[in-house]
Amino acid sequence: MDFDALLLSRLQFVWVIAWHILLPAFTVGLASFIAILEGLHLVTGKPVYFRLSGFWTKLFAVSFGMGVVSGIVMPFQFGTNWSRFSDATADVISPMLAYEGLMAFFLESAFLGVLLFGRNLVPRWAHFVAALMVAVGTLFSSFWILSTNSWMQTPAGYRMENGRFIPEDWFAIVFNPSFPYRLAHTVTGFYVTTGFVVISVAAYYMRRGRFIEEARTMFSMTLWLLTVLVPLQIFLGDAHGLNTREYQPAKLAAIEAHWETGSRVPLVLFAIPDQEAETNHLEISVPVLGSLILAHDANGTIQGLKDFPKQDRAPVIFPFFAFRLMLGLGLIMLVMVVFSWWLRVKRDLFITEWYLRACQYCAPIGFVAVLAGWVTTETGRQPWTVYGLMRTAESVTPSLSTFDVVLSLLGYMVVYLIMYPAGGLMMARIVKRGPADQHRDEVESGRPHGPVDALPLAEGARERVR
Amino acid sequence: MIDFVPLWTLILGFAVFLYVLLDGFDLGVGILYGFAPGKDARNLVMNSIAPIWDGNETWLVLGIIGLLAAFPLAFSIIIPAVYFPILVMLLALVFRGTAFEFRFRDAEHRTFWDHAFNYGSAVATFSQGVVLGAFIQGFAVEGRQFTGSSFDCFTPFSLFTGVALLFGYGLLGAGWLILKTEGELQAWARAWGFRCFIGVGVAVAIVSIWTPLADPEIATRWFSWPNIAFLAPVPIVTAALAVWEWRALRGTAEVSPFIAAICLFAMSYRGVAISRFPMIVPHHFTLWEAASAPSTQAFLAVGTLFLLPIILMYTGWSYWVFRGKVRADIGYH
Repeated sequence: MDFDALLLSRLQFVWVIAWHILLPAFTVGLASFIAILEGLHLVTGKPVYFRLSGFWTKLFAVSFGMGVVSGIVMPFQFGTNWSRFSDATADVISPMLAYEGLMAFFLESAFLGVLLFGRNLVPRWAHFVAALMVAVGTLFSSFWILSTNSWMQTPAGYRMENGRFIPEDWFAIVFNPSFPYRLAHTVTGFYVTTGFVVISVAAYYMRRGRFIEEARTMFSMTLWLLTVLVPLQIFLGDAHGLNTREYQPAKLAAIEAHWETGSRVPLVLFAIPDQEAETNHLEISVPVLGSLILAHDANGTIQGLKDFPKQDRAPVIFPFFAFRLMLGLGLIMLVMVVFSWWLRVKRDLFITEWYLRACQYCAPIGFVAVLAGWVTTETGRQPWTVYGLMRTAESVTPSLSTFDVVLSLLGYMVVYLIMYPAGGLMMARIVKRGPADQHRDEVESGRPHGPVDALPLAEGARERVR
Repeated sequence: MIDFVPLWTLILGFAVFLYVLLDGFDLGVGILYGFAPGKDARNLVMNSIAPIWDGNETWLVLGIIGLLAAFPLAFSIIIPAVYFPILVMLLALVFRGTAFEFRFRDAEHRTFWDHAFNYGSAVATFSQGVVLGAFIQGFAVEGRQFTGSSFDCFTPFSLFTGVALLFGYGLLGAGWLILKTEGELQAWARAWGFRCFIGVGVAVAIVSIWTPLADPEIATRWFSWPNIAFLAPVPIVTAALAVWEWRALRGTAEVSPFIAAICLFAMSYRGVAISRFPMIVPHHFTLWEAASAPSTQAFLAVGTLFLLPIILMYTGWSYWVFRGKVRADIGYH
């Protein structure tokens, strides 16, 4: 493997998008959660909902700010490192990216200011509307960016002209075959990710006997949401799999490490796939179960990797292991939810120490699952940027030298390794301070002293500010 | 089939100009932040843009995706050609954007985040100036690709435009601060506004002489007959605006310094547009040659013409919510 501009550009894209995706994975769900809390407060008038929405809004502010700056990096990547891809596909994908900007980013940023700083400047209902608009904005954003990604996976509605993709049918482009499945699966995944962060924070407070009312409210509420969302997510994942079998059979074969085409294929639980020898080592598998799950039919045919030329195959070990990681985490989530039902029946939900501890440790579970799912779908698509039509190797900017990309990748690495730990630290501090601490941050009317003086300071910091 | 290129030229020109104005003044505020007298002043200075900065930066995303959508060939040639200025700008924006939140949360490293905000703003501005200079000079192109080196964009001219833009954004930022502050802080902003104004004046004069000398095409555009007669108003109006800005900064006007700075930017922007029109990739491709498919431009135009007014409306609303002077004490009605 050569460390040339192509490979380094790929690593750079992996680096900037893997860090970026963590933020929408959190903020998409959190924006909706805040809107729900604001709505509940508007309807019931219970102050606990208002305190909770204020608390989560602080965390939202930090993660959204990081999401904005790491997100601005993304469209530039298309130009700086993938100019041939941009030249070939712009006519098709650029309006979708532009609609994301027009519909989502402006909506979010305009109403975010009001959500963060306008608590006492605008009427309560207007504040709820601002929260709702931010949430709608994050969903619009997911819609368009996943439509773009899906088109790269399952291109439709285009014709080719001199090596460039020209749009023919916009409906077919936007609602391309894998889009509805990917959208549902990803957004649900984002919601679940946020849900596990919320119950983790709640469990942390309950174990320490702090903010009991707030903690119990969000714990119970969120576990009900997860009761619906986690099983739904498993169902959606299965439907997404059927769609992949139909439109990207080579990807499915790589995910499952199936080399031979056949019916009644086994389900490979574990193996060490060998790309060169076209076989698996140390394979543990269950007969027939593969066909049953992947085709919903014991006699269903699953195409094997050997059906595809060697140069058109994905590097099997990435999608194979990433998929198993995602699935394993999904099953752990399901177990957590099922335990919550049992504890609810026993009326022990808020006091079972081992369960609270387990919930607390679950904070990162959704993020890891999202990353694993993303690795599955993106490495499974290789060696193509536009599936079956445009190769990754033909997409890179021709003028780049290895040295150029070494420099830029180092730059992104250094900066992100400062920013992300700093952001994580800030959020940990906000969590430590907790939701009931609002009287110190109360701003009588309108704007706080500093941009985020409405948010809690580090211990002792307030004295130093003045 | 309708020709959408003029419409998209206008929309993109508008979006980029709005970005330059909006992020221009808040980057400028960040540049001046480094000179602010003391902690309280710094709080106020940062506070004056805290609720609106990320909306302003959103125009950068729209500008760059607009370029990809309307003129993809220009996008895939120009962006690789300015690889490093773009990289440096993005990294600087990361520091600057996160500093808003982190400065107040991370008291132990307050000084670090102060510098992150200040230098982040300055470095991002300088990089944008380099991009501008590189664009005015043009790029090495073969076929549909940039074929030069990633370091070609650094020339004496582009480094000069980088410095020039520091003064330009500084002027806009000072105008904003004069509008949003009062008393001593306002007097401070006025003084810095004047310094930046002198810098802008010198820079505009030098660029206006340098470019026609370096590029005969631009010289012909401006100085051949009858162009010289049609275009004479451009420098004349610019000079009149400069006089207005001078008087506004020297007097007590609170709104005029900002408005005059905006007008000066508009004239400079027109100057660059006149020098290069109708080329979008200088010396190589016109707007029409670089345009995307008519169906792409049509599909996006429908939504843009509908959404852009709505965006401007609620952006205006969020500015309205945070109107008036920014003050240290609470009680801001």
